[in-house]
Amino acid sequence: MSEQLPFFEIRNLHAKVEDKPILKGVNLVINPGETHALMGPNGSGKSTLSNVIMGHPSYEVTGGEILFQGRNIIEMEPDERARAGIFLAFQYPVAIPGISVAKFLKSAADARFGQGAIKASEFIKEMRENLKFLEMNEAFLNRFLNDGFSGGEKKRMEILQMLTLKPSLAVMDETDSGLDIDALRIVSKGVNRMVGPNFGLLVITHYERILTHIKPDHMHVLIDGQIAMSGGPELVKEVEKNGYDWIRARFGKEVLV
Amino acid sequence: MNKTETTIKLETDSKLVQEYQYGFVTEVATDELPKGLNEDIVRAISKKKNEPDWMTDWRLKAFRRWKAMREPRWAKVTYPEIDYQGIRYYSAPKSAAAGAAEADPELIKTFERLGIPLQERDRLAGVAVDAVFDSVSVATTHREMLAEKGIIFCSMSEAIQHHPELVKKYLGTVVPAGDNYFAALNAAVFSDGSFCYIPKGVRCPVELSTYFRINARDTGQFERTLIVAEEGAYVSYIEGCTAPMRDTNQLHAAVVELVALDHAQIKYSTVQNWYAGDEKGQGGIYNFVTKRGHCRGAHSKISWTQVEVGAAITWKYPSVVLEGDHAVGEFYSVAFTNNRMQADTGTKMIHIGANTKSTIISKGISAGESANSYRGLVQILPSALNARNHTCCDSMLIGDKCSANTYPVIEAETSTAITEHEATTSKISEEQLFYVQSRGIDEESATSLIVNGFCKDVFKELPLEFSVEAIKLLELKLEHSVG
Ligand SMILES: Nc1ncnc2c1ncn2[C@@H]1O[C@H](COP(=O)(O)OP(=O)(O)O)[C@@H](O)[C@H]1O
Ligand SMILES: [Mg+2]
Repeated sequence: MSEQLPFFEIRNLHAKVEDKPILKGVNLVINPGETHALMGPNGSGKSTLSNVIMGHPSYEVTGGEILFQGRNIIEMEPDERARAGIFLAFQYPVAIPGISVAKFLKSAADARFGQGAIKASEFIKEMRENLKFLEMNEAFLNRFLNDGFSGGEKKRMEILQMLTLKPSLAVMDETDSGLDIDALRIVSKGVNRMVGPNFGLLVITHYERILTHIKPDHMHVLIDGQIAMSGGPELVKEVEKNGYDWIRARFGKEVLV
Repeated sequence: MNKTETTIKLETDSKLVQEYQYGFVTEVATDELPKGLNEDIVRAISKKKNEPDWMTDWRLKAFRRWKAMREPRWAKVTYPEIDYQGIRYYSAPKSAAAGAAEADPELIKTFERLGIPLQERDRLAGVAVDAVFDSVSVATTHREMLAEKGIIFCSMSEAIQHHPELVKKYLGTVVPAGDNYFAALNAAVFSDGSFCYIPKGVRCPVELSTYFRINARDTGQFERTLIVAEEGAYVSYIEGCTAPMRDTNQLHAAVVELVALDHAQIKYSTVQNWYAGDEKGQGGIYNFVTKRGHCRGAHSKISWTQVEVGAAITWKYPSVVLEGDHAVGEFYSVAFTNNRMQADTGTKMIHIGANTKSTIISKGISAGESANSYRGLVQILPSALNARNHTCCDSMLIGDKCSANTYPVIEAETSTAITEHEATTSKISEEQLFYVQSRGIDEESATSLIVNGFCKDVFKELPLEFSVEAIKLLELKLEHSVG
């Protein structure tokens, strides 16, 4: 097992934005079939990590590697990473005015699976099913992508895109923030449909409640650009109860040694 | 859940690959006048077209006006001095000489390559085409069907021969011969163009369309189009154009006049794809065009929709004079510039009648080292009680060597007018690009998708099939502007 090519592994990752170092040596391994939770105080670098995994041009990787299915993906364009099977559900999805959800999904699916690989009729059928599953009105398909969408609608749209693109690794950046109970249930339902032996998941969150729907196998705490503590699902409750200070204090000591 | 089935629109895009697939030259024997411009040349053009004296005189008057005028220099475009004596003002394929019963197969082939079938058997359904090759019209389709409804759709030369009363009544009444430097030049030397007349109460059942093709070297194209919609008439008119790739600049100075009487509607759409020159700015068409519509009648409506993606320099301000009460004027524009292209384009809305309304939506996209300006004037005269204008001009920059400028002027001379103006200029958003790319779509296609969305409000105004073409064309142009 140890000599096998890793499915997804981040090795000693360093990244900066506008000359400010944010990630300072992140290490993380996700095996197929695993769900990992990542928590951490605001500004600790969680979104930076997501963006770096997806290849955002504003973030400069200054050291380390990201291996996906045996390849270092650091030099790959965001679209190549997506086509390889990585998906990011954005914390703040942007609007693309003038482009309908249907057109966008079709363009993305064509890019991922090959132009014409899916017939338009089949594609529409699948979209209808997915929408129904996510309890969304079909009229969404003709609306402009995320344009004038409520926070909850945007998050569901992210999940719809994930179901359409069927990635093998997904990062969800605070998809649960700002969702009411119903929306949270629906979003979790969508994610759980993806979960399986060939799917790896990283759920970034501040709250325990999403993790009652999407059960993590592992839990990590990111503090000041480093994984300060890793553990099992029990760590989630501890963080929820006691916050991050005790981890920071303990981690600080370790670092000082 | 919504029980009613939603119709889902899935525009699938096809990718064209050639850089400028219209850049070829057709070898035809031509009948041309020598280069240069003087009264004899003007007379010779008129004679070649077998024109009546009143037309020759009209041209000569225009020529004298032109000689006394100076080329406008206020637009934000720069180009070397134009040598008006180095231009040929008349060049026509010999086979298209007046009276030729059938168009030359070579010309039919040319238009076929441009996607414009002219033969009756495979002509475009739903579109009647007038094909103009250099200085003359070579074929007009669907005539008989139109004639049954009393619609006249023919070349300007034919209109002068066969409908002199109508031509005399309307020619130069919207854009007078001495309107501006290029309009005066056009009035003196115009060689052809289209004439459309829609009689009272008739709704034109097909799109009328003129396709302009410049072929000959060192030749200018000076076409003149006149569209008249009588009371209650409706017409949708489409204009397209291309030219060979040549390393010298060629002048295109057209005039378009539209007249709408009471309750008449004219919808005029253009996709302008003249050769734009190469990356270094060598060659390309100088597109200096005067287009104006006159809403003469009450409740009349004129809409201009233009997609400008070609020409080395564009100087063009399709305008509407809103004279009839409750008249409506619209201007929807997408102007794309790349490499060293320069565009100074926009509109004028002149409100004279009461309760007149105008809408201006302009989308400028600049890439490469190009310069793209919007210039607009909304003038509301004291008589235009309760006039309304809504203007929205947005600019998008791709890369950091290009520029965008907007010069919007609003002059309201009545306190009852309501005008709204919005304008934005932005670089194509990195966050949008990243978002689209993160779904697997490459940078070029992502740019194209975002720009396409940016232009949506204009594209949706185009007749359906034309809009698909326009989207494809813009995609093709963008392919070479990213990176
Ligand atoms: N695009 C950016 N430009 C400038 N600073 C940024 C950018 N993205 C993140 N940062 C900075 O990096 C740090 C970490 O931010 P972020 O990764 O968003 O944290 P988290 O998601 O954990 O709240 C913060 O100090 C933030 O201000
Ligand atoms: Mg964040």
